[in-house]
Amino acid sequence: MPEPTPRAGRPARAGRVDPGTLATHAVLSLGALVMLFPFVWQLLTAFKTMPESVRVPPTFLPQNWDTAAFSEVFTALPFAEMLGNSALNTLGRTLGQLVFCSLAAYAFARMQFRGKNVLFAVFLSVLMVPAQLLILPQHEIIQRLGLLNSVPALFLPGMFSAFGTFLLRQFFMALPKELEEAARIDGAGPLRIFWSIMLPLVRPALAALAVITAMWSWNDLLWPLVVNTDPTTMPISAGLASLEGQFVTNYPVLMAGSLVASLPMLILYVLLQRHFVQGIALSGSKG
Amino acid sequence: MAVFPSTAAAQAAGRTGRRTRKATGRGPGRTQRSAYLFIAPIALGFLVFYLWPLLQTFYFSFTSFGVFGGNTWVGGENYQRVVQDVTVGRALLNTLVYMAMGLVTLPVAIVLADLMNRPGLRGVSVYRALYFLPFITLPTAVGLVWNWLYNGDFGMVNEALSVIGVDGRYWVSDPSTAVYAIGTVMVWSQVGYYLIIFIAGIKAIPRDYYEAAQLDGAGPVRRFFRITLPLLSPSIFFASVICVINSLQQFDLIYVMMSPVNPALGSTQSIVTLFYKWAFEENSQGGAAALAFLLMLLIAGLTYLQFRFQKRWVHYA
Repeated sequence: MPEPTPRAGRPARAGRVDPGTLATHAVLSLGALVMLFPFVWQLLTAFKTMPESVRVPPTFLPQNWDTAAFSEVFTALPFAEMLGNSALNTLGRTLGQLVFCSLAAYAFARMQFRGKNVLFAVFLSVLMVPAQLLILPQHEIIQRLGLLNSVPALFLPGMFSAFGTFLLRQFFMALPKELEEAARIDGAGPLRIFWSIMLPLVRPALAALAVITAMWSWNDLLWPLVVNTDPTTMPISAGLASLEGQFVTNYPVLMAGSLVASLPMLILYVLLQRHFVQGIALSGSKG
Repeated sequence: MAVFPSTAAAQAAGRTGRRTRKATGRGPGRTQRSAYLFIAPIALGFLVFYLWPLLQTFYFSFTSFGVFGGNTWVGGENYQRVVQDVTVGRALLNTLVYMAMGLVTLPVAIVLADLMNRPGLRGVSVYRALYFLPFITLPTAVGLVWNWLYNGDFGMVNEALSVIGVDGRYWVSDPSTAVYAIGTVMVWSQVGYYLIIFIAGIKAIPRDYYEAAQLDGAGPVRRFFRITLPLLSPSIFFASVICVINSLQQFDLIYVMMSPVNPALGSTQSIVTLFYKWAFEENSQGGAAALAFLLMLLIAGLTYLQFRFQKRWVHYA
């Protein structure tokens, strides 16, 4: 979504400032401050020592930007491994959804086959069921497969998404029919038409789906808590929660941990903001 | 989980829907076979991880798990427990508080979106990016940061309040404030999401309407109530459906912000945190399964009611 070039903070030509615009900026900046301050305070606290963090009155900037809290995070817990688990979980779910959802979405959107409507209704019902209703048996299945406390346990159920299928289906449906017909006359098979002609045309939708799936996977907490209780197999979301149990009120360590844990998604957001916004605008809730 | 395709996608769908489909009739055998092959992987995944578990949970809800494995049929006992247990009533009440606070986010987001829609306003994309930031941030991290801000002795919330002469509190361990403290964090982290939906909705309103209204002498407040709100109502409806579904399933923040020894634990527990406790901490899977069905009924019921009453206030152009 293109926007006029942002030049925040610069007042519109001093001298003849429209009071309405000024008031709007005042309200929006105040709100932005409320949005941003917790992040600022998290960052500043992470670089303080424990005694400095509880000094009265509080210091705003850290006195000497201490990094001890960060090394403590990595020694107290297998934090690096947890970050790796989160990355693999995110990768597994995202790739899985891109492949499985796009295949099914293409079939539902562009192919005729018997039982299509019934199958589609079944897919629709998957969409309506809250995750909590499935977790107990899902846990049991993972247990039977001998996958508790493993990385595949984190991403297995999340690779299949009804939401992703619906999202991509809408985009496939919007493509002109002539493309496929021309390819078919040239003798291309269904898989080839799908892979080299149709899939590239829905790239924006794939990007949006990838980005929001990545976000939900990185941030997911309930499912990892259920299947991976061993610290070395936990993703960072659950790992950070267990850090809290160890350093109850040692806020520099907790802030350092939470900063490290949320940073990858923040970086992805800064790099791919457009896709985040698009993905969110397209989606209703987590999927 | 619920999904609502965007209006753009829906329009695109409508466009192709009008075309007749017949060319696929050529070589139906081959197309059919490949269609099934295309669908097979995800259908298998759904079968194993969604449909079968759904049936199983339903079965679980009528059984009791033995300590040494195996389940015994107990009939409606679990449902009876769900209906009678006071902690369920408490969790239901808390969940409704979260839902109410979630719904308060909507007017806030609408006003912000309207402010950002001011013609010629600079820095809109910067504002939007900042307001959206909490939504993409790891909820576990958000919970920890806010616990620090809410800290009764050294927290910045009390620090800020002392400036205006208000006494501080132990926000998250005081049973009378904890649920609202957590609800506030939910509002904080979700407002940017609704903002994006409403900005998209407002952008779709033709500028001429505002110009015409201005020529007729309508002020900004009148334009907001007479043009923006009615024409935004489909987006507001969509947002409120999503908001209800999401608020009823709150778990992450409560789990992170409430330590097991927190005295306010009971007054913040939601249906889903209670479900987690029963299912994985107290080994009471049957009760948890029944509770999950109660949650589904609640979600389905409230969603149905919203769809039912949308005709009264949603204007589709």
